[in-house]
Amino acid sequence: MNALSSSRFVNVGERTNVTGSARFKKLIMAGDYPAAVEVARQQVENGAQIIDVNMDEGLLDSEQAMTTFLKLIAAEPDIARVPVMVDSSRWDVIEAGLKCVSGKPIVNSISMKEGEAQFLDQARKCMAYGAAVVVMAFDETGQADTKERKVEICKRAYDLLMGIGFPPEDIIFDPNVFAVATGIEEHDRYALDFIEAVKEIREACPHVHFSGGLSNLSFSFRGNEPVRRAMHSVFLYYAIPAGLDMAIVNAGQLDVYDTIDPVLRDACEDVILMRRPDATERLIDLAESFKGQDKAAEKAAEEWRGWDVSRRLEHALVKGIDLHVVDDTEEARLAVAERGGRPIEVIEGPLMDGMNTVGDLFGSGKMFLPQVVKSARVMKKAVAHLIPYIEAEKEEGAKAKGKIVMATVKGDVHDIGKNIVGVVLQCNGYEVIDLGVMVPWSAILDTAREQGADIIGLSGLITPSLDEMVTVAEEMKRAGMDIPLLIGGATTSKVHTALRIDPAYDGPVIHVLDASRAVGVASQLLSDTQRDRFVENTADDYQKVREAREGKGQSALLPLEEARENGFAADMAEKAPSPAQPGVHVFDDWDLTDLRQHFDWTPFFRAWELAGTYPAILEDAVVGESARSLYADAQAMLDRIVEEKWLTARGVAAFWPCRREGDDVLLDNGTRLPFLRQQVKKSRDRANFCLADFIDPAGDWIGGFAVGIHGSEPHLERFKAAHDDYSDILLKALADRFAEAFAERLHQHVRTQLWGYAPGEQLTNEALIREQYRGIRPAPGYPACPDHSLKPILFDLLDAGTNAGITLTESQAMLPTAAVSGFYFAHPDSQYFGVARIGRDQLEDYAARRGMDVTVAERWLRPNLD
Amino acid sequence: MNSAEADFRAAAADRILVFDGGYGTSIQKYGLTEEDYRGDLQLAKDQKGNNDLLCLTRPDVIGAIHTAYLDAGADMIETNTFSSTRIAMADYGCEHLVHEINIAAARLAREACDAATAGDGRRRYVTGSIGPTNKTLSLSPDVNDPGFREVTFDEMKATYREQCDALIEGGVDFLLVETCFDTLNAKAAGLAAREAAAASGRDVPLMMSFTITDMSGRNLSGHTVTAFWYALRHLKPLTIGINCAFGADKMRPYLSELAKDCDALILAYPNAGLPNELGQYDELPERTADLIREWVGEGLVNMVGGCCGTTPAHIAAIAKMVAGMPPRNVPPISVRTRLAGLEPFTMAA
Repeated sequence: MNALSSSRFVNVGERTNVTGSARFKKLIMAGDYPAAVEVARQQVENGAQIIDVNMDEGLLDSEQAMTTFLKLIAAEPDIARVPVMVDSSRWDVIEAGLKCVSGKPIVNSISMKEGEAQFLDQARKCMAYGAAVVVMAFDETGQADTKERKVEICKRAYDLLMGIGFPPEDIIFDPNVFAVATGIEEHDRYALDFIEAVKEIREACPHVHFSGGLSNLSFSFRGNEPVRRAMHSVFLYYAIPAGLDMAIVNAGQLDVYDTIDPVLRDACEDVILMRRPDATERLIDLAESFKGQDKAAEKAAEEWRGWDVSRRLEHALVKGIDLHVVDDTEEARLAVAERGGRPIEVIEGPLMDGMNTVGDLFGSGKMFLPQVVKSARVMKKAVAHLIPYIEAEKEEGAKAKGKIVMATVKGDVHDIGKNIVGVVLQCNGYEVIDLGVMVPWSAILDTAREQGADIIGLSGLITPSLDEMVTVAEEMKRAGMDIPLLIGGATTSKVHTALRIDPAYDGPVIHVLDASRAVGVASQLLSDTQRDRFVENTADDYQKVREAREGKGQSALLPLEEARENGFAADMAEKAPSPAQPGVHVFDDWDLTDLRQHFDWTPFFRAWELAGTYPAILEDAVVGESARSLYADAQAMLDRIVEEKWLTARGVAAFWPCRREGDDVLLDNGTRLPFLRQQVKKSRDRANFCLADFIDPAGDWIGGFAVGIHGSEPHLERFKAAHDDYSDILLKALADRFAEAFAERLHQHVRTQLWGYAPGEQLTNEALIREQYRGIRPAPGYPACPDHSLKPILFDLLDAGTNAGITLTESQAMLPTAAVSGFYFAHPDSQYFGVARIGRDQLEDYAARRGMDVTVAERWLRPNLD
Repeated sequence: MNSAEADFRAAAADRILVFDGGYGTSIQKYGLTEEDYRGDLQLAKDQKGNNDLLCLTRPDVIGAIHTAYLDAGADMIETNTFSSTRIAMADYGCEHLVHEINIAAARLAREACDAATAGDGRRRYVTGSIGPTNKTLSLSPDVNDPGFREVTFDEMKATYREQCDALIEGGVDFLLVETCFDTLNAKAAGLAAREAAAASGRDVPLMMSFTITDMSGRNLSGHTVTAFWYALRHLKPLTIGINCAFGADKMRPYLSELAKDCDALILAYPNAGLPNELGQYDELPERTADLIREWVGEGLVNMVGGCCGTTPAHIAAIAKMVAGMPPRNVPPISVRTRLAGLEPFTMAA
């Protein structure tokens, strides 16, 4: 991980500093403020969370430059959204700056260099203007170099500031980073002293923060960027855990710690941690061999820019590089125009050639889904550039191989899989009309008719969507349609498609297992020569499924009464104590950094159709490279999500006293939670489980929770506008990971704190993912309680709408889509199980207990019925 | 007698307090003429519309409005001095009257307030109204020169200081920097108010009120309500909140955002809805009270009142509605470094 990927660490932009950036200095000296403002904008776009502004230059009217620049960036909302660090060695410049800053800035810096009186006077002014302050470890006798001096000066400054009521959290100490490996023995300890001083000051001065300028550290290796980067990265690797939480640094000039050449890394660690007396000599010897490495790599990377334009476009498509694609597309368009051609030829020529290469590589398993989606982003940008020219000529768009209308069905909001299929189909020359989520059947049919669609594709994730797909099929039949219907999504299956959907429609119905199959299916369905055979084979296949199902004689069901007699007998002497903190617990903004550390990555890769278990998948011989690249992109987006606070994790958990009554759990507040019991005949020792078995009839507790990840919409809209499906899908997939991690983390918090029945639990993230803990959190709609319609009851109990901002669709899908809800059972014997098939007797019994019509219950429980 | 702040805090812990309503609408009802406005003063420009000047020329009208609000149930009234700064008074050529108007206004409010307190023993408070002026420190009036400013921070601070000094001299309990469309103006006003209080030797706590100028929930200088709070928290305001903007219904999400992370008391006083086609506010008192009830019920406020378009009848309806409703519990907030650009930025502990 990159040192900067922790949100505890604040990344201060350093490009708007005339002492640190030659380019910025040149712009300011020349009075080119518009260009200087752009430098600030780029910094913020590149992830600076605070921007440092410094105009300390002898030939400049620093006060004038500072105020002019601050006023100009105040007019730029993209820049002004982040706090400013007013940086000067001159107090008059700082104070002039403070009079132009409307938010709450940081002053950089003040110190006791000129004595206590001046220090306190300046600190009081910072308080009056409302600014946090960087305090340099500097006193009347000079800058602190040793650990002892750093600690002594900072403690003294802290005590003085506390004496005037300065808020401790607004103090940021800079204990001076000095150059190491200079060849002077006294300098050897500088890095280590800094790190140790930070640790000690943090203990002695509660709430303060620490900052440091990194570039000094590697001063002796000027001109050798690889070594400097490695030194900075190693330094941060040790200084951040010690307490360094802010640095003025160019994020692009850091390496990922794990990817630093191990020999170089060791040598840097020897120097920074002073691990051996000859550390400096060894690093100097080694440094020579790293010099110039950067340039060679850069040269190779840029070589393709010299190729002819068609080859550049193909390269960009295959590699998924969108940086130059608009320029290259324009160049290709001009070239075509010059020889009297039409803009459409750019699409039909080089762009389609490139996409065909992508399609071939994907088809032969040499490219993987994340790369394909990146390629699609490049293609979309190129096409978006050409469309105005094509429309200006009023010519027909490129002839698509076929037109496919796709939708997530009514009541369902999940669309990651559908979007992936859409991208893959578009990459392969199909026109895709994506109707989005929660689309009623009438809109699907109308669009298909109006657009003359060749195929309809339906998607859904939750079980009620299976029924809705049947409805769409029935309506297509009623409308007399016969175009193929594709079925996809996590809960869909060949069996369900064969048993329920295929019989409802006269045209071909095809279950598409994953995105990689979509192109093969579509191309066969739209091929004159292959279509009939493919349709026939599929129909035969489904017929066989149906016959097997009928003939197989499913495992016998017990009568409900017998199943109940074979219920699980939990030892109620072992039940969990009453919750330590009963009541409702609302979490408005759970720390994303914390959740990030609890990600279960394996399902993330599965969403992208990369098979394997994390972390082994990163080293996988086949998909490893693709997985690594996806993982790196995911980490980069996570950094921004966390640092720029794209998302908000809101959740609620609550506990209710209750008792078991038959297969119901009856809450003391009168709410009844009916559960379903396994009815399939078990082999001798196994019980027929029901969740109610884990609750004591003599009185017990049950819990519930709902968590949701809010805030992705504006970013998704932004990605859509930029034709960036890759980022769109990536963000959705990450939001899902946040939701799952939140559910896991909240459960842990419940076990150890809120309910507190396992206070001493110590589990690694791997153990959490493997659910090696006491108690379960089954969700309505999932195997242990398959009825989605329990969700409104749970949500009412939790007031999940108000407390976590989560709402339900008519099919009980949760909005936002990245959300998890469920019940808590704490009994040590409670375990997950699947209710599976139930009999008519239980359906009727359950409907009565729920107080709902049998036909309604039947609809919700269809997947569990014959 | 206890300090106004101590009594105010004690009352705010007990119930939701009631602030007064708009002055413009009430003044309009008197149908005053140019002669009413200018009185005996020798002034070059037309004065009709210079409502603050009435503190000198028709003190009977302003005093009557104060009393009407107190009778309607207000615990706090504000001085009729929204535009009584040298910068804002320049429009009417009345810069030389700033000191006089503010002192007269504070005394008028003080008298009305003390009479009400003497009447039933329930302490009422006067807060000095400090408007945003008609100039902004954060924006350039010239689109071609975004770095230009019509006024400097020091000039702005000096003009606020003059107003604060006079209001304090006239006897206000608190100073209310309201309708803050520009956060840097608010900072200058806040700093001036702190300095004025220190110079007077009296403890005159500060109240600050944000306004929203567009549907994205930001003020004119672009700050979110949380960024505004972070930018002014160092002034340790007694109350912070939102006023004017649109009606009560649309104010709720922003109060909710503010209430979460704010350890000051919260005062909100919305307009009587949005103006109709004729530019008049026609939201009925019960309707305003009903809309406010929504967020009062969620525990978002400690004091409520009205701004543009509200009348003593609105305040009476609000006072009736809040009676017996629990006030917002001021939450302790964690020790965190809270910085702000246009948006808030909180550092991890």
